[in-house]
Amino acid sequence: MNFDDTPQEAAFRAEARSWIAANAPKQYEDELRATSLGRVGLKNADILEVAKAWQKKKADAGWACLHWPKEYGGRGSSPIERVIWQQEEGPYGKLSGMFIIGHGMCGPTMMAYASEAHKRQYLPPLASGEKVWCQLFSEPAGGSDVAGLRTRAEKRGDDWVINGQKIWTSGAHYSDYGILLTRTDPTVPKHKGLTMFFLDMKSPGVEVRPIKQASGHSDFNEVYFTDVVIPDSQRLGAVNDGWNVALTTLMNERMSIGAGVATGFPELFDFCSNLMLDDRPAIEDRNVRSKLASWAVKASGLKYTSIRAISALSKGERPGPENSIGKLVAGPMIQDVATYALDLQGAAGVLSGPEAELAGKFQAMLLRAPGTRVEGGTDEIMRNIIAERVLGLPGDIRVDKDLPFNQVPTKGRS
Amino acid sequence: MNFDFSDDQKQLRDQARKFLAEKCPPKAVRVVLDGKEPYDRALWKGFAEMGFLGVAIPEEYGGAGAGHLELCVIAEEVGRALAPVPFSSTVYLAAEALMLAGSDAQKQAWLPKIANGEAIGTLALFEGTGNPSPKAIKCEAANGVLNGTKKPVADGAIADLIIVAARTGSTGRDGDISLFLVGPKAGGVEAKALTNLDPTRGQAELTFKNCKAEPLGAAGEGWSIITQVLDRAAVLTAFEQVGGSDRALEMGRDYALDRIAFGRPIGSFQAVKHMLADMYVSATLARSNSYYGAWALSTNAPELPEAAASARISATQAFQHCAKNNIQVHGGMGFTWEFDCHMYYRRANALALGLGSLSYWEDQLIDRMRKRNAA
Ligand SMILES: Cc1cc2nc3c(=O)[nH]c(=O)nc-3n(C[C@H](O)[C@H](O)[C@H](O)COP(=O)(O)OP(=O)(O)OC[C@H]3O[C@@H](n4cnc5c(N)ncnc54)[C@H](O)[C@@H]3O)c2cc1C
Repeated sequence: MNFDDTPQEAAFRAEARSWIAANAPKQYEDELRATSLGRVGLKNADILEVAKAWQKKKADAGWACLHWPKEYGGRGSSPIERVIWQQEEGPYGKLSGMFIIGHGMCGPTMMAYASEAHKRQYLPPLASGEKVWCQLFSEPAGGSDVAGLRTRAEKRGDDWVINGQKIWTSGAHYSDYGILLTRTDPTVPKHKGLTMFFLDMKSPGVEVRPIKQASGHSDFNEVYFTDVVIPDSQRLGAVNDGWNVALTTLMNERMSIGAGVATGFPELFDFCSNLMLDDRPAIEDRNVRSKLASWAVKASGLKYTSIRAISALSKGERPGPENSIGKLVAGPMIQDVATYALDLQGAAGVLSGPEAELAGKFQAMLLRAPGTRVEGGTDEIMRNIIAERVLGLPGDIRVDKDLPFNQVPTKGRS
Repeated sequence: MNFDFSDDQKQLRDQARKFLAEKCPPKAVRVVLDGKEPYDRALWKGFAEMGFLGVAIPEEYGGAGAGHLELCVIAEEVGRALAPVPFSSTVYLAAEALMLAGSDAQKQAWLPKIANGEAIGTLALFEGTGNPSPKAIKCEAANGVLNGTKKPVADGAIADLIIVAARTGSTGRDGDISLFLVGPKAGGVEAKALTNLDPTRGQAELTFKNCKAEPLGAAGEGWSIITQVLDRAAVLTAFEQVGGSDRALEMGRDYALDRIAFGRPIGSFQAVKHMLADMYVSATLARSNSYYGAWALSTNAPELPEAAASARISATQAFQHCAKNNIQVHGGMGFTWEFDCHMYYRRANALALGLGSLSYWEDQLIDRMRKRNAA
């Protein structure tokens, strides 16, 4: 049991460190370091442009999408090297937010199902951040129940014609491409009539409408499709096999394990160390200490769980459903941590923005946290995954399992 | 980087699991639970023969000299099987104190006996209600003679070797405390077995009346040694707790698959599934924190105090969580003497207190994190 770099890893780390020191956009370091969940944006620059520029620089020097094959814009690195890079990239890694869906999910799906020519055409500009991708899965009728989606794809000659609506699509408003899950046969059970495509978001008939979120920001969108034409060559996987393609995407989401998931704990610890409460630092208060300690061991537990997973990966084991634990623990924890940090601020906790303690860091966290518990699978879905696929408990009873999709009830109360 | 046990260590774990499955089934635990024996003597002998007692003791003192990672994997199995033997008091407390502070002669005298199962040891620290603190120690030592009362002392009624924390100064500082070693022929020790939450691990009150004792470690170093011993024991106990958590989760899972209500296995109800998923989550976090503790213990890293507190808190929470919800999954059956659920519940809650309570370790953790952040 050890944390030491092998000589090879140490060499990689040294190379990464010196390249980052020479090339990172240092003028944003402090600001990036200070940001936490829920607060995106830079004061004096367009975050999108800064992020794209940093990504391009990395790509040109061979530091983008480390684990992808070289011919698709990556570096062919090991899982450990990816983690070492993340550790060294530090706060600049926060600039990758807008690429996560493209790099973590769309790219791997393209790699598994697109033609060789398409891979060579689309993957390098995705890796380098020149093109941004989004994931068009969720619909008003299909969120947790993704396979309940209704967007239709109908074959017309060599093309497909798409009609319908997606929702909660992160980054659709600045995306160039998207992977799209559609229904191609409504007369068979829901999982058996889906087909996956990728498309140009600028195609005629695609309309993106930003949604104002509970946090006040607009990071996700509704996307409407009216007679949008997609060539059959942009189909990913076989007709009506879209569910299996989607599972590849969702499995790859799990692969994106990093060394640190955001929990809000380091921020809370700092805050309590500096805050005065009844004339002494809050951290000297018995109740504060007890709360902090409980969260500390969750945060460290997550950290060492992911290091265990990385060790397993490096020995060639596949990441399994047990990795659902990260989001399930961190999501509710961020929410609780933020709530507690505001409680410590007393009546002033109600303020947000620049007037608030720490420029409203915890207020922003509080308002973003509900989304964290929903995106990428809700807490309940994560628990189902652990219960069914890790512990082997029976699946939920599915009343729609063998029903043709067009006979599945669509209203709760009738 | 390799944050996992080695194949050899995993093999040792399998070997220990197999041995305990055979020699320590729940009905063997019940013999002690029902008060028919103070501990399982045959199992204790088996532990010695398998080399479990001396894995971390150096070869020159009769051990296997393998190290603490090996001891961690055995501790996990001890916890999983609820082994009713004085393992933790002897191996984590007495042996660790001897290895840290004993003279060569003391090590020669005692460590081989611990390794071969001849001597049961313990640490007499507590004096009634409260957490570990130099101020709470009233027991006094002067001119090699001890006076005072200790309780609770784990396995105190069956111990051959007692390491006692006593007051040797009156400055009001940590340096007032020194450690002493009391052997079986000392005289002046009175032991009274006490009823406790978990009868599979005995607790006692020890009264010392002009009892002859030899110093262990330098005078005034007692508290510093105790802190180190507690940190080491915290990591090792965390592995017992992880083993117990895993077993309680397994019992709950198995019952949920077998028991039918409303025409289906109860494990198909989400409320039950989600309860088991949460048990898995707490057990996994505890395991990961404990691995970190094991790494720190085995390398004697400067991170050990913080890692030990993390492992301790996380494993305490996990075992309590898994043990209580295992009973809930079992419904009325879970509340019968006949089912084994309560044995895990008892052990979970007893282990939660033995080295100082959760709130004590929470305090320690925050102090240690502050120190690191300040450095
Ligand atoms: C910030 C954010 C970003 C997102 N980005 C994207 C994106 O880029 N692309 C994309 O495709 N989607 C995206 N999503 C959508 C996200 O995947 C869905 O919102 C999520 O899967 C939940 O679906 P839903 O919103 O339809 O809720 P519902 O499925 O309607 O869930 C409502 C409630 O019912 C519970 N529930 C539902 N089914 C079950 C069940 N079987 N067992 C127990 N409880 C259940 C849920 O846990 C929840 O509490 C995003 C969402 C958010 C909040």
